[in-house]
Amino acid sequence: MWNKLFAWLDERLALNDLYKATLDRPEPKGNWWNTLGSASLFLFLLQGATGIFLSVYYTPSPDHAYDSIQYIMNGVAFGWLIRGIHHWGASVMVLVVFIHMLRVFVTASYKYPRELTWMIGVGLLLCTLGMGFTGYLLPWNQKAYWATTVGTAIAGSVPWIGSFILKALRGGPDLSALTLSRFFAAHIWVLPAVLAGLIGVHLFLIIKHGESEFPGKDE
Amino acid sequence: MAGSHHISRRDFIKITTAAVGTVIGAAIGLPAIAFLIDPALKAGKADAWMPLGKLVDFEVGKPTLATFTRSKVNGWEKSVNSYGVFVLRTSDTETLVLSNKCTHLGCHVNWNVDKQEYICPCHDAQFGINGDVLGGPPPRPLDRFSGDQVKVEDGTLLIHFLEG
Ligand code: HEM
Ligand code: FES
Repeated sequence: MWNKLFAWLDERLALNDLYKATLDRPEPKGNWWNTLGSASLFLFLLQGATGIFLSVYYTPSPDHAYDSIQYIMNGVAFGWLIRGIHHWGASVMVLVVFIHMLRVFVTASYKYPRELTWMIGVGLLLCTLGMGFTGYLLPWNQKAYWATTVGTAIAGSVPWIGSFILKALRGGPDLSALTLSRFFAAHIWVLPAVLAGLIGVHLFLIIKHGESEFPGKDE
Repeated sequence: MAGSHHISRRDFIKITTAAVGTVIGAAIGLPAIAFLIDPALKAGKADAWMPLGKLVDFEVGKPTLATFTRSKVNGWEKSVNSYGVFVLRTSDTETLVLSNKCTHLGCHVNWNVDKQEYICPCHDAQFGINGDVLGGPPPRPLDRFSGDQVKVEDGTLLIHFLEG
């Protein structure tokens, strides 16, 4: 019965081929450094899940953002846990993505035919940092407020177009409700969508090209 | 390999992955469920004796609306809701207090003097002066405050209010 059902689905969805391509693909000699991309992927999914849970109570308005987070921490069952995972997961993700990039660099895996994988990786790194930057403002506490004031001011120091960038980031010349809501939109919609798309292409390329061999001594 | 191990390397990996995955899934998934349904598990009921006014100020034989407000903390926000009851002094000593909340779907009923009926504006229910259903969809008479839910102190009429 199950076998028949599976065969039916497999015939149409190529489940076995998918399984082979994703989880059963040949690896060069196993190496823990090669697990960091998958670790990044896991962290992305974990941040997505805990972020969705947080959005059930979080309110992106200057009047309520801070109080809603206090409520998550003190008033909701396991709110401290969900927020804690999202909070620390954000830092861990930046770290893991960065070390993943370092390993790709050190093993020179960015060379032909994997240049595009690398370039898309650069996009992934920038988006990951963007997630950290936009998420940091959301608690709307003193640290968040001033960190964003400084961060957007740095972006504003670009020659010629600096003041335009600053206003575009802040939604006006100053930090305001507009800043909070556009950072929120970027944090929960725009950047995750871009990340998901880029990850899809990244993974496709990895499956397509297979994993690079570790560089070794010529024989 | 052969002999000492009964489980292949592949199967070991599969089982370990499934086990670790289940532990991580449960460690995050179960608290997440509690997190989501938390508001439904909170008691949130606070009762109080609400003063409706001086008993002598209510005219005998005429249903009169008495309103009061109660504030409630929902998460990080405080909201103030107003409630109403109809007070009817049936005689000098007897008082009937009816909730103005329609027993159909909760709209507020009004006393119609001409018809001598409570009329619900939502689906046209009619209740008699004592709260019984005369017509329309409501399943039961208007809720009454009676017995130990009503008291008079220093000439002031109070009801024991459970909602809000
Ligand atoms: C959200 C962030 C990222 C995710 C989810 C991700 C995911 C992955 C995964 C699952 C692999 C498979 C091999 C491995 O794990 O080492 C991989 C490989 C690779 N990644 Fe990433 N990655 C991310 C960021 C980056 C960044 C920042 C770069 C570089 C700028 C990069 C460049 C590469 C390259 C060139 C490979 C191929 C390595 C090889 O074939 O040996 N990735 N990535
Ligand atoms: S709510 Fe009163 S009749 Fe439906």
